[in-house]
Amino acid sequence: MWRFARPVAVKGWGRAVIELQNVAMSYGGRELLSEMTLRLMPGSFHFLTGPSGAGKTTFLKLCYAELSPSSGMLSLFDRDVRMMTRDDVAAMRQRIGVVHQDCQFLDHLSVAENIALPLSVSRRAADPKELRELLSWVGLRAQADALPPQLSGGERQRAALARAVMMSPDIILADEPTGNLDWEMSQRLLNLLIELNRMGKTVLIATHDLNLIRTAKSQVATRVLRIANQRLQLAGADL
Amino acid sequence: MRRLFDMLRSEGRGVDRVVPPTGFTARLTLLTAAAMAFLAVFALALSLATGRLADRWADALARSATIRISAPADQIEAQAAAVLAVLETTPGIESFRILDDAEMKALLDPWFGPDLPVESLPLPKLIEIVETVAGADAEGLRLRLATEAPGAVLDDHTRWRRPLVEAAGRLRTLGLVSLVLIGAATAGMITLAAQAALAANGQVIRVLRLVGARDQFIARAFVRRFTLRGLWGALGGTALGMMAVAVLPEADDAGGFLTGLGFTGAHWLWPLIIPPLAALVAYAATRAAALRMLKEVR
Ligand SMILES: Nc1ncnc2c1ncn2[C@@H]1O[C@H](COP(=O)(O)OP(=O)(O)OP(=O)(O)O)[C@@H](O)[C@H]1O
Ligand SMILES: [Mg+2]
Repeated sequence: MWRFARPVAVKGWGRAVIELQNVAMSYGGRELLSEMTLRLMPGSFHFLTGPSGAGKTTFLKLCYAELSPSSGMLSLFDRDVRMMTRDDVAAMRQRIGVVHQDCQFLDHLSVAENIALPLSVSRRAADPKELRELLSWVGLRAQADALPPQLSGGERQRAALARAVMMSPDIILADEPTGNLDWEMSQRLLNLLIELNRMGKTVLIATHDLNLIRTAKSQVATRVLRIANQRLQLAGADL
Repeated sequence: MRRLFDMLRSEGRGVDRVVPPTGFTARLTLLTAAAMAFLAVFALALSLATGRLADRWADALARSATIRISAPADQIEAQAAAVLAVLETTPGIESFRILDDAEMKALLDPWFGPDLPVESLPLPKLIEIVETVAGADAEGLRLRLATEAPGAVLDDHTRWRRPLVEAAGRLRTLGLVSLVLIGAATAGMITLAAQAALAANGQVIRVLRLVGARDQFIARAFVRRFTLRGLWGALGGTALGMMAVAVLPEADDAGGFLTGLGFTGAHWLWPLIIPPLAALVAYAATRAAALRMLKEVR
């Protein structure tokens, strides 16, 4: 369908892209998440659920090294995050597409330039044709030259998702990517993520939307992670 | 230095765009750089002019002092010999010689005409002394002369210039210190402006880190701007400063201190190093501020 999606290198198979061993996370002494052990394999598709305030966003932040665990071992792409320099973190983030819960953009650049930003920061130019294709996929062709503050909440989320997949990253982490979208658009974005997953990308989506999870399950092998009582559990029948 | 030039090349232009234009800090930095460069031109002019003045006066000082021996005709030869003996053993004297009759005549001609019978007049003897660079101890020499040759008078008429040379030297130091202070103040103000710009762009920095920008990339966007502003501001300020110096009264070689404040000849090239120096200061200050600030954004 869409030419950004290069499959992940096959030699990556068999090794976890995100691995947690007994990881705990606390904010100022208050432990929010504890004893988390998990291996996310390349090409897997996961949902992350849990009550509001359980720590889903916090968990995702651990997964792209915005936060460091207060204890335990966390490795991304087989590298211990504690050993990473700031430049290593930057390089690692070029392989991870992130959709924030509160999507932030460079408000002085157009939507199209924002979506191409992951390429610009590594001094590459976006292919205009691919960029147009991606913009149409997320339904933002008409807003390509608008500034981010002129977008609606749902449009911002779509733009953020487009930015996250622009670099054809190995992992896509999305925090409530469909929170502000109608059902039709939610499905459209889900299809985009499923399509990317079929090409070998690892996908992890934090969401409350059970319909979304159900729809995904009918199309792709997904597993549901749940945060409850500070622990991370595999939920559902496929446990 | 290489990095600086790489960064200023026009390909960096795309890099800047990731940071929104900041009208106020931009104008502030330009103005600061211009004002500081203007002041730097004057401090430089002061240093160079006082340096020239000190050299000139020091030269005059190094010229001869004179010993005049007036004594009854039968003693004059003996006293002259005594004076020569004293001079032989005085430290700080490079050379000395007794002026001969022809030279005496040349000195007196303007007053008495060419027909003066020098030989028959009871003229004092004159000894010309050239001191070493370190100079002789005039007071010690006077004391020794008073005991060995009471008719000898040391006339070091150039001594009055020594305090002036010292003053000129101090002024020159002051000019150089001012240059250093101007540089430091420029660095300080540009650091503050850069910090303000960085703080105002917290979201920009977070987004850039999120999409995988390296610190160097983000810093460069800020550093390039501030360096260019420093450079343009300083170019303007230096040009104005040089014009202001050019319209000062002519630098006059014999003249006093005030008319000497300006550039002469090749010295006009010196102010041209101010803009690149300002750019360098802006580069270093902004880079340090940016890298420090970035450490706080994971
Ligand atoms: N920077 C922080 N400092 C202190 N506490 C924080 C910080 N960020 C989050 N928290 C707290 O950690 C808890 C979990 O926050 P988090 O954002 O991870 O929840 P969430 O599961 O994503 O919730 P939601 O579904 O509402 O988005 C909350 O109680 C929140 O107040
Ligand atoms: Mg959240």
